[in-house]
Amino acid sequence: MTDMSTTADVLEHEEAKSLEAREFGFWVYLMTDAVIFALLFASYVVLSNNSAAGPTSKDLFDLGHTAGETALLLLSSLTFGFATIAMSAGQAGRVVQWLIVSMVLGLGFLAMELIEFHGMIAAGAGPGTSGFLSAFFTLVGTHGLHVTFGAIGICVMIGQVLVKGLTLPVRSRLIRLGLFWHFLDIVWIGIFSVVYLPGVM
Amino acid sequence: MLGRLTFDAIPLYSWVAMGGAAVTVGGGLAVFLLITYLRAWKVLWTDWLTSVDHKKIGIMYVVLALVMLARGFVDALMMRAQQAIALNNDGYLPAEHFEQIFSSHGTIMIFFVAMPFLTGLINIIVPQQIGARDVAFPFLNSVSLFLTAAGAGLVLISLVIGKFSTAGWTGYPPYSGIDYNPGVGVDYWLWALIVSGVGSTMTGINFIVTIVKNRCPGMTYMRMPLFTWTALCISVLIAFAFPALTVVAAQLVLDRTLGFHFFTNGDGGNMMMFANLLWIWGHPEVYILILPAFGIFSEVVATFSRKRLFGYKSLVYATACIAILSFTVWLHHFFTMGSSANVNAVFGIATMIIAVPTGVKIFDWMFTMYRGRIEFHPSMVFTIGFMVTFVIGGVTGVLLALPPADYLMHNSTFLVAHFHNMLIPGALFGYFAGLNYWFPKAFGFKLDAKWGIRSFWFWIVGFYLAFMPLYVLGFMGMSRRMEHYADPTWQPYLIVAALGAVCILCGIICIAVQLYVSARNWGSARDTTGDPWNGRTLEWATSSPPAPYNFAILPEVRDLDAFHDMKIKGTAYQAPTSYEDIVMPKSSGLGPVLGALGFALGFAMVWYIWWLAALCLVLALVCIGIRACDDDTEYVIPASEVAAIENVRLAQITPADMHDMRDFLPRGAASGAALPGRA
Repeated sequence: MTDMSTTADVLEHEEAKSLEAREFGFWVYLMTDAVIFALLFASYVVLSNNSAAGPTSKDLFDLGHTAGETALLLLSSLTFGFATIAMSAGQAGRVVQWLIVSMVLGLGFLAMELIEFHGMIAAGAGPGTSGFLSAFFTLVGTHGLHVTFGAIGICVMIGQVLVKGLTLPVRSRLIRLGLFWHFLDIVWIGIFSVVYLPGVM
Repeated sequence: MLGRLTFDAIPLYSWVAMGGAAVTVGGGLAVFLLITYLRAWKVLWTDWLTSVDHKKIGIMYVVLALVMLARGFVDALMMRAQQAIALNNDGYLPAEHFEQIFSSHGTIMIFFVAMPFLTGLINIIVPQQIGARDVAFPFLNSVSLFLTAAGAGLVLISLVIGKFSTAGWTGYPPYSGIDYNPGVGVDYWLWALIVSGVGSTMTGINFIVTIVKNRCPGMTYMRMPLFTWTALCISVLIAFAFPALTVVAAQLVLDRTLGFHFFTNGDGGNMMMFANLLWIWGHPEVYILILPAFGIFSEVVATFSRKRLFGYKSLVYATACIAILSFTVWLHHFFTMGSSANVNAVFGIATMIIAVPTGVKIFDWMFTMYRGRIEFHPSMVFTIGFMVTFVIGGVTGVLLALPPADYLMHNSTFLVAHFHNMLIPGALFGYFAGLNYWFPKAFGFKLDAKWGIRSFWFWIVGFYLAFMPLYVLGFMGMSRRMEHYADPTWQPYLIVAALGAVCILCGIICIAVQLYVSARNWGSARDTTGDPWNGRTLEWATSSPPAPYNFAILPEVRDLDAFHDMKIKGTAYQAPTSYEDIVMPKSSGLGPVLGALGFALGFAMVWYIWWLAALCLVLALVCIGIRACDDDTEYVIPASEVAAIENVRLAQITPADMHDMRDFLPRGAASGAALPGRA
């Protein structure tokens, strides 16, 4: 009753449908993640003045350093955008190049963040020092953890593009990973404006 | 190597705790031996555990819920027994053990009975109600199930290795902090919540996408059955509320494990932030539990009154209103925190406003019954019992919504009576109605009605006996969670409450007997048409149990009561001219593997076994990575196989099995004449 070609057609049609659902589902997932960050922001705002005789934000934050982190992260978002454009043009090689650039920038961001954390902890301003620092490390650290997972995701997708080429599922995954990566930028802008800017003012 | 896990973790501190541990281990062993004896391991693994079929996943959820109901109910029985005898003496339970029992009772009933029960029913029914072949993300669905089971496993194993939390099911700091609660109990509670909470969040995402994207042609939003509407609303609630639970639990874990100061007494912690964050999840959670039951009542009341649901649109809007309002009332759980009078007033008024859409629903159901031909099927009896009982709970809720009154009732048994009065009729009776109503859909034969009715009477009488005295005791000033007391005037009420618990025990036994008797007589109660109750919605258009693909041809919906409409028009049970290939998701063993890793991760974190926790995380990442690279997750059922399955089914259905639909044809209305009262 069926020959192979129609079976393949049916599969392909279903695949396209399910990828569309996945994209929508990923948006919903990002909303749940946004709720997590919203509550971590709220916790930070509540606790930000509870420095418990320990160091305050004025003592700890260095806007120059944060500006460097911001530049790296925003640039990596831009280069991920270039990867997406290359994907639309069907240039697998370009996609891989831009993904590598994005990942390196992301890892640079993480390195700067770790340096900042390490410096703070070494200066006796670890997360166990006060409510303010607990909330700070949790909020910024959760963002950093997301960037780490995003970097792992980029690694996986570089492998997939190299092995499978720009097939339909690979493109869909790249688009979703891109959503995730850009989402982290938005969260970072929130962190910059809610944590660092008021902290040094 | 094993963190803080030593032989001291074996519960030798009380004979009751040892008994509980023995029963848990014995039960696990008995199940293991039974499966081995039946040589069912292979079938269990290939047909069930690795299955991503939403119907099988749903059944596994409900089985989990029923098992955990038994455990949670034993806790309740023990508490009632303790309080019935503990006048001026210590009763039979040490105080610390009593505290574990009320903590685990609440945790189990909310997270591992109500949540899996409603998730299971939604899983089995919603895809069929919207004319879909599966959920949007079948594999994710399987992961959700096993993460929920992993959480339940953590609560169960806490009975054998270590202790459970003594901080109540809400675990307020600072008492749940490491200073006052240095043991593993609170950690068990936290990790059970985190692991299962992640699963619930994914379920929410899954069903939002399923209902938005997978509806069949013609199934507009305003033609979705009410149960599907409630499922959509609670999926949104889950997606927006459960992250709050994850955040608050993770923060308490950080406090306890790494010495953070979110909720500590000193060092800049703010413990009332815990109450706020917890109830930002917690109040929507109440509606996550209750709204699906409202959906079930709506389906049941229309089917067994033989009428179209009264006020469908108002029910939809009421459901959506309740869902939105549920995010605006969380502070009423702690009016006594000491917010300003204006803040308390705002939350009090918001709380009272929720009573309005809820009242609308009660009236809609009553008007559905009005002049209907009511059939007293067990599910309908549970529905009626709910309507009467729930109104009482609602009224006491409005009373509690008044901040000045709440100051008097806060933490009293009045409150305990109130929320049991909401959740037992409002949630559990709904799930039981759903169990009786949809059981034939899942298994192909009906449940025994006689034992269903018996279970209902025991449950409702037991409920009134157990909780009405608690209202009185609340007025008399009895606090909740008392291990012993000195006021002799309380004891008679507590003895009545204990008798009520025994009555409910009979109700649970009746359900067990009902399942047993029905399974024994399954041949005589077969459901050949797939439509045992003359149902109105699409899930009754499939066979019972449905084929893996539910619908051979996706239906076209033209009416709110889609299947009723098809039966009236004579388009039901018709073979199409040809069948087509159907794409279905492949089974996957990664779901149970991820569940096992979630369990091991939680266990390792509870006992500070860091290497195991890290290993579990890495392995989980590897599993996710493997899945993320897999392009071959679907298979095709060829049209010839579909045709064979469908032909067998249609050949079994004789006209004698079908329901007489002539009664439902419009009369008089066509000629414009008023209908003279037809009883």
